[in-house]
Amino acid sequence: MFQDLSSKLDSAFQKLKGESKITDVNIAETVREIRRALLDADVNYEVAKEFTNKVKERAMGEDVLTAVNPGQQFTKIVHDELTNILGQERVDISVAHTPPTVILIAGLQGSGKTTFSSKLARYLKEENNRSPIMAAADVYRPAAIDQLKTLGDSIDVPVYSIDQQDAVRAAKEAVSMAKSLALDTVIIDTAGRMHVDEEMMDEVADIKEAVEPDETLFVVDSMTGQDAVNTAKEFNETINYDGVVLTKLDGDTRGGAALSIKNVVQKPIKFVSTGEQLDALAPFYPERMSQRILGMGDVVSLVEKA
Amino acid sequence: KKSRSGIMKKIGKAVAGKDTVDAAVLDELEEILITSDVGVSTTIEIIDRIEARVAKDKYLNSDELQRILREEIIGLLKDHNPDKPAEFDAEFPQKPHIVMVVGVNGVGKTTSIGKLAHLYKKAGKKVMLGAADTFRAAAVDQLKIWSERADVPIIQQGQNADPAAVAYDTVESANAKQADVALVDTAGRLHNKKSLMEELAKIKRVMGKVVDGAPHEVLLVLDASTGQNAMQQARAFTDFVDITGLILTKLDGTAKGGIVIGVSNELDVPVKYIGVGEEIEDLQVFDRELFVNSMFAD
Ligand SMILES: Nc1nc2c(ncn2[C@@H]2O[C@H](COP(=O)(O)OP(=O)(O)OP(=O)(O)O)[C@@H](O)[C@H]2O)c(=O)[nH]1
Ligand SMILES: Nc1nc2c(ncn2[C@@H]2O[C@H](COP(=O)(O)OP(=O)(O)OP(=O)(O)O)[C@@H](O)[C@H]2O)c(=O)[nH]1
Ligand SMILES: [Mg+2]
Ligand SMILES: [Mg+2]
Repeated sequence: MFQDLSSKLDSAFQKLKGESKITDVNIAETVREIRRALLDADVNYEVAKEFTNKVKERAMGEDVLTAVNPGQQFTKIVHDELTNILGQERVDISVAHTPPTVILIAGLQGSGKTTFSSKLARYLKEENNRSPIMAAADVYRPAAIDQLKTLGDSIDVPVYSIDQQDAVRAAKEAVSMAKSLALDTVIIDTAGRMHVDEEMMDEVADIKEAVEPDETLFVVDSMTGQDAVNTAKEFNETINYDGVVLTKLDGDTRGGAALSIKNVVQKPIKFVSTGEQLDALAPFYPERMSQRILGMGDVVSLVEKA
Repeated sequence: KKSRSGIMKKIGKAVAGKDTVDAAVLDELEEILITSDVGVSTTIEIIDRIEARVAKDKYLNSDELQRILREEIIGLLKDHNPDKPAEFDAEFPQKPHIVMVVGVNGVGKTTSIGKLAHLYKKAGKKVMLGAADTFRAAAVDQLKIWSERADVPIIQQGQNADPAAVAYDTVESANAKQADVALVDTAGRLHNKKSLMEELAKIKRVMGKVVDGAPHEVLLVLDASTGQNAMQQARAFTDFVDITGLILTKLDGTAKGGIVIGVSNELDVPVKYIGVGEEIEDLQVFDRELFVNSMFAD
């Protein structure tokens, strides 16, 4: 599945055959193709612009045109540069010196917070031998608590909930409950909220202040388009999260939002969510993500063979 | 930060009395369209149309040009279909009018059904809900709460029941009880999962066995914050269940939902409703002019 970008770039380069060095004049069309690929993948407009400029600069020095497949070679530069931005050593979630470790989950409506909370609980329990409790701090959405309880039951993880519409209290009491039951991890599921909803943004800030989480995660739908930068920025300003969770990557989205978010908030992507089942959770691989954004399948191995 | 509404004026100025549009202005227009999630190909199409009209009707003034820009975008958005009315008090061509609501996970299907139920009921219609999302945890409970809020009956068989059987029951019951409209909720599913899409096609098929032509509407829900993937979603859902209209949710954020322009144009289906919040009243009949204006508002 060797597709899209590199073949487009190859044809753009056909026109340049015979010229031995890349200059910003003869490269214009190539850069346009890269930019378009990024925009088609939902990379933010500004981020795509900045990125193509960077790639251009780097390519200028290299003898791309003398390669057998200049398109592939150029694609590799793009790929490396993408991986560079997306990539980092794996960053694990923080653990408290004195238990319980408190993990706060936040994000827009429907992004996958409740499902992820349960996946994380399952993961920590099965893989790390931890004993989690989940806090139902979404006190608004119809049947949100039932949903979390159903999921909790299915993985045998307790859920703490209260009858009052008081998210801060639900979160705080869940932490006390964990202490009294000697449970070492509290995962707080919060209501979905719009970044422009001041009251709701204040609420999540209040929750954060009240429970002082060791880890705060921002959950974002990988199908998000251009607006990803706005929401990621606003949430970051309000709760200064430690990492990002990308959900619904089992779809066929290119997932350019990942690049946009990484670029504007500089926070690591810690997990990816890849299905509705609670075991569909995986660590983040920057390499795979950049290939996905470019829609180029296994272009890297092809380049290596070339 | 650049002003979006300023661009309309600028476009006008930049072409007034000329027969081409200034490249810098087209760049700005492109930026507005792309950042509204209109997508590269639809953006190019809009810009080409503008350029063609400018070349044809030489020496436009700035007001005329602004009008043309709006017209061209509105022209890509399909109008409502008269035999599938969007207004809540309109007469349905046949009774019961069966509406099936579909879409990928978490876009706002169940919530939109709750709001629609309320608005139909308020307009004097006899409404019924069908809980054919029997898969997601507490999905039935969620729809049940909406049915209570809207004060309309719900047909359910509980969690893990066969969704096609629930849909069948709903249509049968709507028919027997002479409901005006029945709204059938379905589980969220990603459009690239073939078996789940086939299941959806089956849910649709069984409804037609009870009432001729049912479902009369298949509404695809798109989240306004979704980017270019919405196009793939729309194509796949059309392949399997032949969608007849769109609901664009979560327009109360900062996302513009521009992807519906390309979707509406390519699939020849209207955007029928928009979701603007989580409350029961937060649903409106789609208005093309307002939508385009808001793309150019700051
Ligand atoms: N295919 C797929 N579906 C997912 C994934 N994560 C969550 N979902 C589904 O997406 C929908 C929304 O997930 P929730 O976990 O309820 O999202 P939420 O952020 O808690 O939603 P609100 O509480 O309403 O804001 C549900 O149908 C989930 O089953 C994923 O990685 N892949
Ligand atoms: N702000 C805002 N939130 C909305 C809107 N429509 C739905 N929501 C929220 O989005 C989240 C998901 O809505 P649901 O109605 O559960 O979505 P769904 O498509 O039925 O989800 P699944 O059944 O899990 O696939 C909930 O938190 C809703 O309150 C809207 O127009 N604006
Ligand atoms: Mg939730
Ligand atoms: Mg639902």
